[in-house]
Amino acid sequence: MRRRTWQRQLPNYVILTLFLLIILIPIVGLVFSAFKTDAEVTKGPLALPSQLRLDAFKDAWTTGRFNFFFRNSVIVTVVVVIVSVLLSTLTGYAFALLPLPGRKFLYPLLLLGYMVPFEAVIIPLYHMMNQMDLTDTYWALILPQVGLSVSFGTLWMTSFFRAAPRELVDAAAIDGCNRWQLLWRILWPLARPAVLTLVVLTFMWTWNEFLLALVMVQKETMRTLPVGLAFFQGRYSANIPLMAAGSLIVAGPILLVYIIFQRYFIRGMLGGAVKG
Amino acid sequence: MKIQQRWPGESRFKGWFYLLPGLAIYLVFIFFPILSTIRNSFYKWNGFSGTREFIQLDNYARLLGDAQFIKALTNNFIFIIFYSIIPILIGLMLASLLGRKPIRGMTFFRTGLFLPQILSMVVVGVTWRWIFNPTFGLLNTGLRAVGLDSLTRPWLGDFQMALPSVGAIGTWVMYGFCMVLFLAGMQRIPEDQYEAAQLDGAGGFRQFLHVTLPNLRAELGVALVTTVIAALRVFDLVYVTTRGGPGDSTLVTGFLVYRSAFQQNQLGYASAVATVMTILIFVISLVILRFQSRQEA
Repeated sequence: MRRRTWQRQLPNYVILTLFLLIILIPIVGLVFSAFKTDAEVTKGPLALPSQLRLDAFKDAWTTGRFNFFFRNSVIVTVVVVIVSVLLSTLTGYAFALLPLPGRKFLYPLLLLGYMVPFEAVIIPLYHMMNQMDLTDTYWALILPQVGLSVSFGTLWMTSFFRAAPRELVDAAAIDGCNRWQLLWRILWPLARPAVLTLVVLTFMWTWNEFLLALVMVQKETMRTLPVGLAFFQGRYSANIPLMAAGSLIVAGPILLVYIIFQRYFIRGMLGGAVKG
Repeated sequence: MKIQQRWPGESRFKGWFYLLPGLAIYLVFIFFPILSTIRNSFYKWNGFSGTREFIQLDNYARLLGDAQFIKALTNNFIFIIFYSIIPILIGLMLASLLGRKPIRGMTFFRTGLFLPQILSMVVVGVTWRWIFNPTFGLLNTGLRAVGLDSLTRPWLGDFQMALPSVGAIGTWVMYGFCMVLFLAGMQRIPEDQYEAAQLDGAGGFRQFLHVTLPNLRAELGVALVTTVIAALRVFDLVYVTTRGGPGDSTLVTGFLVYRSAFQQNQLGYASAVATVMTILIFVISLVILRFQSRQEA
């Protein structure tokens, strides 16, 4: 019986595999290239490297300054994720459950940021940061990214808190919980899946952010990974192993998080959108 | 709305204390800069120290006859074909081919199909530059291997082929997303609707048209908004693959904003382009969402 199901589904697997291969082949080719020598690269794009040499990674990491880029990306991303998830929890809680005069006007005002491209803010933002002497600092990369993340985070957390069981809130009030305790002791533990989704999405958007870091940073050692890789590409575009190794350093952490939390990623990007 | 009631003895403004930190950062670093961009678009402003001159709508008037702006905008709309229309068609086709029976191992396929969505566009751009490389790239090597040498070309350096080549990267990024979205939606369609259609003598295509499509309305709306916005916002990918070239053949509005503001010091003009771009994204998203919710009603 099982065998017959498998046979009936065979065309489905052929179709899925075909379209999966179109996505995977470029990525696999890139991974192979990172371990090749220059000579091997020209031999065959999809040929296996003769041995697992790590020279390209070493070159990218030290001479290519990816050690700096990596450190900057980690610092910016960790701070943005922690700060914006905490702030979004507070704003979402306020919109969903607290007395808030002006909510009808404030909610759309905040959500506006969700649709706005960075191009619409980047010019005044650069001048503001320049006047405050904050270009080439983490502040210039963190603060605007938090502002943008809070916009989506508010939407996300508000819809979570709106769905919170009413009885729980009432019971907490009767038990003499205050608002702060209700949030952190009772609702926050329940919010784990919603918060985790918000964490991985914010992580991805911040890790991959390009224009903000491109404009705000002039100093090479302050670049984030995507900007570092883009400049790297300008300088070494003919050196494929080096470019591939650099790309893998940029993609590695996000790939790892994606493989561990893929359900949250996909649910967040599909489900959140469908619900809204 | 009762759930937002005040508790006894509680301040009327309780919510404001929780809202304030997040709202303040958003206002200072996102909302006020949007307003500044709009204001700057009415000025002529050529340098970082230079004085601004109020010129009303001149920047916008200039856009109307500006070849590079028209080129950029046209390219954004051409990208809608590659980022939205083709991926949505591929997604619909595959979703209907695969049908509604749960497939074993789907998690694996879904994880793979979704993969381009999570990658930095810079990484995607670097990968595809390698594929399009004229001498040892995957595409030209493959074409030569099957004897189609005449089709090989420097894809990203070719005036005719650069735009569709960059567009194809967009298709590659988006089609898995559309597939996964539609497949998930199809699992939710009640079986009896298909049975009823079959009783009415509807064939596979009619079933798709009258049962599948209307039931995927929400997913289609999401797919359209997401992909169209992505097409209108393209920046990273063009920056890494072509910088708008050769000539201005792959210029897009996002890159035009960057180039005129930070390389040519035309800040008023760049602000006007950014404003048009933002309004366009807003209007198109609202139209799609409105259209979707009206159909639902």
